[in-house]
This record gives sequence, structure tokens and C-alpha cells, in this order.
Amino acid sequence: MKALKYDPLDIVVTGVGGQGNVLASQVLGRALLDAGYQVTVGETYGLSQRGGSVMSQVRVSSGPVLGPMMPDHRATAIISLEPLEALRLVGTYGHPGVVVLTNDRPLRPQGVLAGEQAYPEPQELRATLEGLCAKLYWLPATAAALKLGNHILANVVLLGALCALDLLPIGAEQVEAALAAMFPEDKMAPNREALAKGLALVREV
Amino acid sequence: MADVSKLIPGQKVLLQGNEAIARGALEAGVALAAAYPGNPSSEILQTLADSAHSAGIYVEWSTNEKVALESAAAASYAGLRGMASMKQNGVNVAQDFICNLTISGTQGGIVLVTCDDPSGVSSTNEEDARFIARVACLPLLEPATPAECLSMMKLAFELSEQIGNLVVLRGLARLSHTRAGVVPGPLPESKRRPRWDPSQRWFTIPVVPRHQAMLDKLAKAGEIMGAAGVNYYDGPQRPELLVVASGSSRLYADEARRMLEAGERVGILHLGATWPLDQELILEHLARADKILFAEEVDPHLEGGVKSIYAQHVRELGIKDFFGQDTGHKPPVGELSPSRVAAALADILGLPWQEVDPAYQEKAQVAQALVAPRQVGFCPGCPHRASYWSMKQVLAADGREGIVSGDIGCYTLGVLPTGYQRVNAVHCMGSGPGIASGLGKLRDQGFGQPVISVVGDSTFFHAALPALVNARWNNSDYVLVVLDNSATAMTGFQPHPGTGATAMGQAGTVVDVEQVCAGLGLPYAVVDPYDLEATQEALYDALQIGGGLRVLIFRRLCALVQNKQGGHPWSISVDPELCRGEDCGCHRFCTRVFRCPGLVFDEATGKATVDEVVCVGCGVCAQICPAGAIKARPKEATA
Repeated sequence: MKALKYDPLDIVVTGVGGQGNVLASQVLGRALLDAGYQVTVGETYGLSQRGGSVMSQVRVSSGPVLGPMMPDHRATAIISLEPLEALRLVGTYGHPGVVVLTNDRPLRPQGVLAGEQAYPEPQELRATLEGLCAKLYWLPATAAALKLGNHILANVVLLGALCALDLLPIGAEQVEAALAAMFPEDKMAPNREALAKGLALVREV
Repeated sequence: MADVSKLIPGQKVLLQGNEAIARGALEAGVALAAAYPGNPSSEILQTLADSAHSAGIYVEWSTNEKVALESAAAASYAGLRGMASMKQNGVNVAQDFICNLTISGTQGGIVLVTCDDPSGVSSTNEEDARFIARVACLPLLEPATPAECLSMMKLAFELSEQIGNLVVLRGLARLSHTRAGVVPGPLPESKRRPRWDPSQRWFTIPVVPRHQAMLDKLAKAGEIMGAAGVNYYDGPQRPELLVVASGSSRLYADEARRMLEAGERVGILHLGATWPLDQELILEHLARADKILFAEEVDPHLEGGVKSIYAQHVRELGIKDFFGQDTGHKPPVGELSPSRVAAALADILGLPWQEVDPAYQEKAQVAQALVAPRQVGFCPGCPHRASYWSMKQVLAADGREGIVSGDIGCYTLGVLPTGYQRVNAVHCMGSGPGIASGLGKLRDQGFGQPVISVVGDSTFFHAALPALVNARWNNSDYVLVVLDNSATAMTGFQPHPGTGATAMGQAGTVVDVEQVCAGLGLPYAVVDPYDLEATQEALYDALQIGGGLRVLIFRRLCALVQNKQGGHPWSISVDPELCRGEDCGCHRFCTRVFRCPGLVFDEATGKATVDEVVCVGCGVCAQICPAGAIKARPKEATA
């Protein structure tokens, strides 16, 4: 078992209900558990499909069993399926050393759609996030997923991107094996492509 | 959910807390499990249902939590093991039965699982259901991890059988929806044959001696739980501060202690059994430390209990300082977190505690000004949006300040903007028609406002029926709108009597809303809420009739279910030539007023457009556009 670069390794996975955030954290949790680490995945949902913010926390350690909620401002990485949600959670879990990986595709909150609130310009959002983390990966995950045939694959694209960083003690093959254990084989081809696309996106940055 | 009966004993797997509770029940040999869906508890029964055929057990979605627990008691009286799972609100529904069952006693092991929801993430309240253990004198177990969920379920069944009473296991939303490594044990090899010995009778009289017997059972439960190893101490011999904790708070306290590097100063008394409190154990540990902090969610259950024990032994223990809810070291509302416990520890121990560099924190806080809140609302294509749109239009046209009495389900969101804030009151399952019934009897005293009660199809059967019978009997004047989306959508699309499907996937008997209305002698009509004109006409007419209870059934399948069953028929687009943009309906009528997230106002062009990732193609918005700019074309034609 490879030593953890960060112990605990605390990864926040966030987005908007329906984007596949719970699935992404489950895949990651399963891959890490199978690799022998102590894993706790805390999921926050309830109104998850009703347009609200959702968050999961994947907590990994080599030692003690961790609780389902990580301490504030201690995330190792924040992975977000929606860029505004990345900034929202940086406010709670961020610190100067945090790594942020986010999809660049906005999903506007209903107050924004109704014209009652503003959604920041992409450049402003990006620059603000950059100023609050050690490294920002601003990735076209939805665009990549749409090219693969389904916007819902953005979650797996981001998992692929995460695998390209030097944070996890496991590789993309192990994440793929966890996906394969959860999906029937005929659904795996687009998932494999999405993982590969995510890896490639980070390497292009 | 997964079939957890197929897990391989001894092989560690990632299980959700709720799945681990289900697996624990199977390992304990549960024969009957029943529940009414309610987050955060829903996955327990769903997992058992998905495991029922291979495990050879009976699993049922019941009409409500009280019926679920009564079914579980039936298994107990037949000598089998039974369980009922529910959210905290469900304990209230089942309470009358619980408070009598505890006096009559039980035979086969029976467990009530309550999954509380501190912070009310998916609830109308954040009630601490541990009260039931005190009220009904029941043993209470509180696991902290999925692994403990499994082991404590097994203990709960054993304990129940040993004392002859119901045992309560309390989960929390965080734990229900936490996944962690669990090592399953073996499943039982043999099954019991159900038989109710006719010489055995279960009732509550004479009350006083049976009340005493109930107390004796509780005392015996305390001894058994004390010996079971679910309470333990972790820390130095003489800690400066003792944390008394239960549930997830045990883990938060442990993490806070690590973060503050206070392992030499802080000890944690982990309580897995929290009613009755183990007096001997608590006295032993109170003697170790002079400062005591409580870490628990939501009510000060341990805090009150431990202080009460201390009060009886203050002479031998001497002066102690207690920290908790009474001193502001534990919040009286909302959930706890490792950071909150760390702040309490730091304050009590006089340690410096800084979550993050203040300059960073300030910068991050300033940046939050860019982050618009993300309020929950109806899904794209949700029939409830169309239903509330029609209620809004009709009540405006009616002009008599109509009131909408709400209820529990997805359509509770009618209190928020995507339901046009059309709902005037929401409390608990079935309370909507009850309140409407009362309003409808104030006519003689001059109450002239029309009244609509909205209930979902699942809520209709859970708790609305008595209120409807009441209204029919007493000739109360209101319109009941049944928002029938053919699913218990909020909690994960479970079947209910109106769908006729059962938890185990077999065909039950459809109990349809129309037949119930006909049986009660209520006039009723069925409309499709997607058809705005027909719906509004029917509702307007129903409001004008007056005189008694009448029913409109707004029937349209939940949009999320429809998405899985082939999707919606329309491809939606906006004709920019026709779109009136800023000037429409005072200002951006479709995006500002109608508020479907599938419609976006394009600031660049000054026109509405459709977000193809979000829009499902229900076609309702095409009916509300005053310029006819929103076009619904059959998907095939555009593909």
C-alpha cells in the first residue's frame, strides 16, 4: 500500500443535484477502499435532485476511522462539477494549499435565471478561484462529456482529471476497476473514454 | 440499492450506513421489515427489499410508520424478528403504538430504527427522536460508523429478545449517508417457524404492575448493554477534560483532539448505549476529570442525564465544571462538526485555535459575495410547477384571497419561488387537509376565502384519509387537490397503494384515489396539470361551487420517472423574432415569473433561450409564453 502524500487525504466533491456527484465519490471511495486505505465517504443529499447544491466528502487515511464531515478549511482538493459551487465550498473548506479542479460549465441558480441575482463572469470567477487556491484546473468537462455523447459523463471526466494529479495513492486503472464493478460492461465504453479524456485534459493544461 | 444478502462474510466492502443497518438486520435473522419512506432512512428498507427474495424474508413499504411498526410487532408475536425503520417524524406517527407496546411487551426481537436529521437537510424539522427512549422507557443504541450500524443492529435484536421489549437504534443523516468499510458476518443458517401461542396475550392492563415490569426490563437492558462493550473510554488515565459523546460526535471529538494535539489532556467516553445511561461507568469516569464536555446532536440528552447522575453523587465527586449546551459549547440547534468541537475544546483548554490564516479567510469571505445562493426548486418538467402555476392563475382570477394548505412531499417546495410561494402553511404528513377542514367550517362566522388543500398521492394514503373523512362527515367547504405523480418522489420513487406495486416488486392491489373518493361520496375529477387551460378551468369551477369537500386529481407522472421511461415528447426552442425579451409580461415573463430552470435569459441577445442540458421537453412553457415565441415541436420531427 502506497504511503499517502496527505494523511488524511480529504477530497470534497461538489456540484448541483443530478450531476452525478454521489456516484463520483462512491467510485473514488470504492477504489481507495479496495486499495487498502481507511475510507469514509460522507454524502449530503436529500433535496439532491431539486436543483440544490450537493457535496460529498471522500476522506482517506492510513490510520484512524474518520468521521463523515471534514474540518473546515482542511480540504486537500475540491472537485466541482459546477464552477460557482467550487467557489462556494472554497469559502468553507479552502486554504492557501488547496487544489481545485472544476468543470467550467455554469449551471445558473434559479435566482440568477430569474434575474434577481448575478452569476459572475467566467473570467472573474476563474481569477477569484485562482487567488484562493494553490492550483486551479479549469476544465471543459461538460463539453468533453457532450462530445462523448452525454453531459452526465462530466463526473467521470473529472475523476480522470483527478487521476492525472499527484494526489491520489492510486491510478486511473484502479478508478476504472471501481467503475467496472458498478456498471454493466456495455456501459463501460463511454466511462473509459471519459476517464481518458479527463486525464488528457489535465495533461493539456 | 444492492442485494446485501450476497455479501461475502469476512470480506470488507464499502457500505452506506443504511445498507449496513440492513445487513445487520439480515445477520440477526430479521423475518419482517416494514417502513414508510422518509429521508434519511429510506435506503434501509429499499436495501432490505432488494435483498428480500434471496434472503427469504418479507419486506414491505407500509402506508405509514405506525402501521409499519405494528406489522413488525406481529412478527414478534409470532416468534420471529421484526423491524421498522423511519425518519424522526415517523417516530411521532408511531408514538401511540410505541407507548403501549412497551407496556404489553414483545416476544421475538423487534427493533425500531430512527434516522434523525440534524440541520433538517431533508426534513421539516430537526427533532431529536431519542426522546422516545425516555418517554417509552426503551433501550437506545447510537452507532457512529457503518461498521457499528451492523454490529449494533445484531445487538439490538438480541437485547430485545432477552428483555421482551422494543429496542431503538438511532442513526443520523450523516451516518445513514456515510460509506465506509464494513466486514459482514455470516447470515443465520436456519429459520424460525412463525406461531402465536394462543395462550399468550399481549395487552397493557393492569397498568401499574406492567409499568413496573417495563422499568425492570429497562434496568436489565442497561446491564446487558453495559456488558456488550458498546461504551468505552479512550484517553489518558487522568484527563484534564472528559468528553462524553455519542453518534458521529464521537468521531468529531476524536478528530478535534487530534487537530489540537491534545491527546494527553483530553479523554473521550464513547457511549454507544445512551438509554438507560450506565450510571456506574459514568461515575467512574466523572471521577477521572474535573471538566466535562458533552458532544451530541441535537438535544442535550447526555448532558441532562449525566448531570442528573452527578447531582445524586456530588458529595463523593466534588465540584466539577460541565460544558455543553448550557454553556454555549454545543449548539442548541443544527448539527455538530469537528470544527465546532475543536473550537469548544480550544476554549475550555485555553489552546490557540485557528482554522486558517485570517487573511485567507477574509479573502475567501469577500469572494462569497460572488456566490449566489442555490435555492432548491422543482425539477425541469416537474408537474408540480405546472400545478402551482395554475393555482396561482386561478386564485388571482378568483380574487377572494384564496389559501393553499400544504403538505409533505416534493410539493412542499410550493412555499418557495418555483411554486410561486403559493402555499400558505406546511406542517406534517396529512396536516394540510386537517387545517383545510377547519377553515372550511368557518364560513358561518364570515370566513369567505376559498381553500385548497394539496396532498401528494403517497401522503393521501399515509395520513390524509382521516382528515378527509372528517371533512366529509362535517360538510367542510374546500377543494382537495391530489398532486398525483404516481410516486413517492421526494424519497426515491417508492411505490405506494395507488401504484399497486410493492416493495418486493410484486403486484399488489391498486388502491386508487378515485375509488376512495367515490367510496366517501366525494365529487371528483381528473385533470392533467400539463394541460394548463383544462386544469385552470376545472380548478376555477371547483372553487366557485362551494358547499362541501370536492376533489381534483392532478395526474401526471413525476418528470424524473418519465425521464427514465423514455423521456418527454417535446423539443423546445425560442423564436428570437417573436420573443419580447425584457419587455415581456412587465419584464422577462418566462424566466423571471415562470421560473423553469430550462429557460435562460441571454443577456447578450436580450432574449430567452432554452438550456438544452437542463430542459427535458415537457412543453408547459410553450403554453405560458404570451408572444407564442416558445415553440414545442415533437422530438422525432427535429431529430
